[in-house]
Amino acid sequence: MNNRIIIFLASLLMPFLGKAQEVAGPEMADTFRSEGKIYVVITVISIIFMCLIGYLVYIDIKLSKLENKNRNTN
Amino acid sequence: MIKWWKILSALLILYTLVLGMLGPVPHLDILNETIRNLFYHVPIWFAMLFQMGYSVVYAIKQLSKNDLQSDIISNQAAQTGLFFALPGLLTGCMWAKFTWGTWWTFQDPKLNGVAIAVLIYLAYFILRSSIDDEQKRARIAAVYNIFAFVMMFVFIMILPRLTDSLHPGNGGNPAFGKYDLDSNMRLVFYPAVIGWVLLSLWILDVKKRLAILTHKENEQ
Repeated sequence: MNNRIIIFLASLLMPFLGKAQEVAGPEMADTFRSEGKIYVVITVISIIFMCLIGYLVYIDIKLSKLENKNRNTN
Repeated sequence: MIKWWKILSALLILYTLVLGMLGPVPHLDILNETIRNLFYHVPIWFAMLFQMGYSVVYAIKQLSKNDLQSDIISNQAAQTGLFFALPGLLTGCMWAKFTWGTWWTFQDPKLNGVAIAVLIYLAYFILRSSIDDEQKRARIAAVYNIFAFVMMFVFIMILPRLTDSLHPGNGGNPAFGKYDLDSNMRLVFYPAVIGWVLLSLWILDVKKRLAILTHKENEQ
């Protein structure tokens, strides 16, 4: 329990640690990308997008079948 | 069964989702990493404008040839365009909050113009749904559609350029293209525009076919 409190208090100092690393020029997330894990986000976004596209393909195919059926009955 | 341009749209957008996050961008004050929104926010609006253009072309076709199919396509395209305005507005609000410091400002002609344009198109759907006679509905909707498109163009593309605006590309503010859109960003931005326009066409294709099928069912 004590460890948790210490970690919590230490985490409050995080913004000040960040300040110390400030460099010239606008702040960009340069290290964010090089340290990896951004790839996880990109994978998540890509999976969501591909699922949506897959759903659209499914609807499209289903509609094509319905159109064919409609054409044959008329 | 799935047409090639539909696959292309999915691949192009997937490419921009990855490269848009990883690719190099210019280091700018205030914008910081949010400049990457350019790859997602702007193409959405391009798709919306494209759909409205598609809609007005079919409205003119309807008036010249007087066929109901054009009226259906015109209506569906306007619906698709209005749908794309929603993510466009929401992403715009988000971007504005973290760069201009506010979700929405009523002093900005670009934002007001977009709000008015959306309302004009909402009126189009109300007008269209309030007429029962098919031929009459098609003709009146087509005439109003041309009016709506012209007004949207004036409110979004012309008026914001005449006065001061926070939005890039308006009222003396340079568009991103002028200074910030370097060749690396172009490699992502242009495919994104093409990809989202094609995706909007795909959604329109599905909606249109469904509407025509429903129309046929109702006739029987």
